[in-house]
Amino acid sequence: MTAPRAALDLSLLPDGGVRWLDASGPNADVVISTRMRLARNVSGYAFTGRARDGERLRMLAQVRDALGAVPSLRGSVLVRLEELATVDRQLLHERHLVSKELAGLDPVHPIRSGAAVFLGESVGLLVNEEDHLRLQALRSGFSVPEAFESVRRLDRELGSQVPYAFHREFGYLTACPTNAGTGLRASVLIHLPGLVLTKEIGKVLAGLQQMGLTYRGLYGEGSEVVGNFFQLSNQTTLGRSEEELQDLLVRVVRHVIEREEEARRVLVRDAGYIIEDKLWRAYGTLRYARSLTFDEAMNYLSGVRLASGLKLITGLSVYTLNKLLIFAQSAHLARLEQRTLTESETNLARAKYVRQVLVSEGGGVE
Amino acid sequence: MLCDNCKERDAVVHLTRIVDNAVTQLHLCEKCAAAKGVETTLAVPQHPLGDILQAVQQQASSTAEDAAACGFCGATARDFRATGRLGCPHCYEAMEKSLRELLRRLHGSSRHVGQRYEEPVAHVASKSDSVHDLRDRLQRAVDAEQFELAAELRDRIRVIE
Repeated sequence: MTAPRAALDLSLLPDGGVRWLDASGPNADVVISTRMRLARNVSGYAFTGRARDGERLRMLAQVRDALGAVPSLRGSVLVRLEELATVDRQLLHERHLVSKELAGLDPVHPIRSGAAVFLGESVGLLVNEEDHLRLQALRSGFSVPEAFESVRRLDRELGSQVPYAFHREFGYLTACPTNAGTGLRASVLIHLPGLVLTKEIGKVLAGLQQMGLTYRGLYGEGSEVVGNFFQLSNQTTLGRSEEELQDLLVRVVRHVIEREEEARRVLVRDAGYIIEDKLWRAYGTLRYARSLTFDEAMNYLSGVRLASGLKLITGLSVYTLNKLLIFAQSAHLARLEQRTLTESETNLARAKYVRQVLVSEGGGVE
Repeated sequence: MLCDNCKERDAVVHLTRIVDNAVTQLHLCEKCAAAKGVETTLAVPQHPLGDILQAVQQQASSTAEDAAACGFCGATARDFRATGRLGCPHCYEAMEKSLRELLRRLHGSSRHVGQRYEEPVAHVASKSDSVHDLRDRLQRAVDAEQFELAAELRDRIRVIE
């Protein structure tokens, strides 16, 4: 398609869609964010993957028409993803506001007609993802009840206007049976460098799988673990209530945070100067490097984040560290430089951006 | 991703290490990881699709349900195996028996115990909506060469119009 594509005006999004980065939530130094997602489908249509273009567009129109009676999304911004250039769709994905599939960035699932997202103050509604509707709430830090309450409210409001596909035995029906039942995926994005460095991480991850949780990388399903950032979420969605699934996540994540804190104490006690030296070197690289790949940047940022948590490096806020995590990605850098960048140009732009942030936002003084 | 060591098998163990002041990433298959003495008690994150397909294939054994198409969207159990996704909410009824078994395997239960849902009373599909809907279904049935279903849908459209 060669139709002109509108540039995304980020100033229209409430808080640029990144309030969840502000580190205001509980345990924000270890848990970057909490995300609650409910999968829902509208009855009367085939699921997105099998629906025809017209069906997807009519379903989107039905949802849009219903939003007048949905206070949770009052004042929300509708973004039609098919109208955006790839770099802008990628930018929304880098901000964790849309999934890779909805953004059409997954080669198996090119951008679909009717792919859209409503971005509100505290919740988002993804339309024509794998399921017709994905309701999500993202919060700073370890904030499971707050995030769930927001998404539950949106669910009640929307479900009273739009008929959901629901089965008396199987619960909410989803395109993939792995999401059926509650449709709830409760997850946290957590930074566990202490457990990785002390080599305890394998045991911890194996343990949480036994408890019914699963882990993924920074970008969810199929993504790799980089920079010691893990996404932990419930493995099953059926046979347990929404409250039980939340309790499970809260209980296990609390335990993981304790293990991480213990691992950090062990590191300082048993390998004090070695760790201190390595973390300062990570800071030095970020502060002076001229070219950084994404993986490199994430790994050094992990070191600096740990150094900040151990109070070895002071003056750097958790918010600054969170910002670097998101804004040092390629679509954000292309937007900053206002042009398309090759891979090596992206690496140069990334190093420049990281240097500027570290200079202007302090940190590093002993 | 292939194993960094043998370059043959898929890497399932991902190690982040700090060696000589540099952070390195090492991706190994289970065999090479074991050979290098890396602890592999870590269970590999399972792709949900892998579970599904395996489970469905084990039970499908070409029953009548396997070839039967969903009356609403025309999807079959075969389509489900190919994509890992169902065609529409009605597929859960069309393939109820095998899906109940699959849900048990995936979740340890097939019974939803969470929040119950009541469809809004005000929702009555308008005439134009249902004709649209039937036309979409008709087109899908024709595409899938399900002519019996197509004929039935065509008759229903005629009645409404």
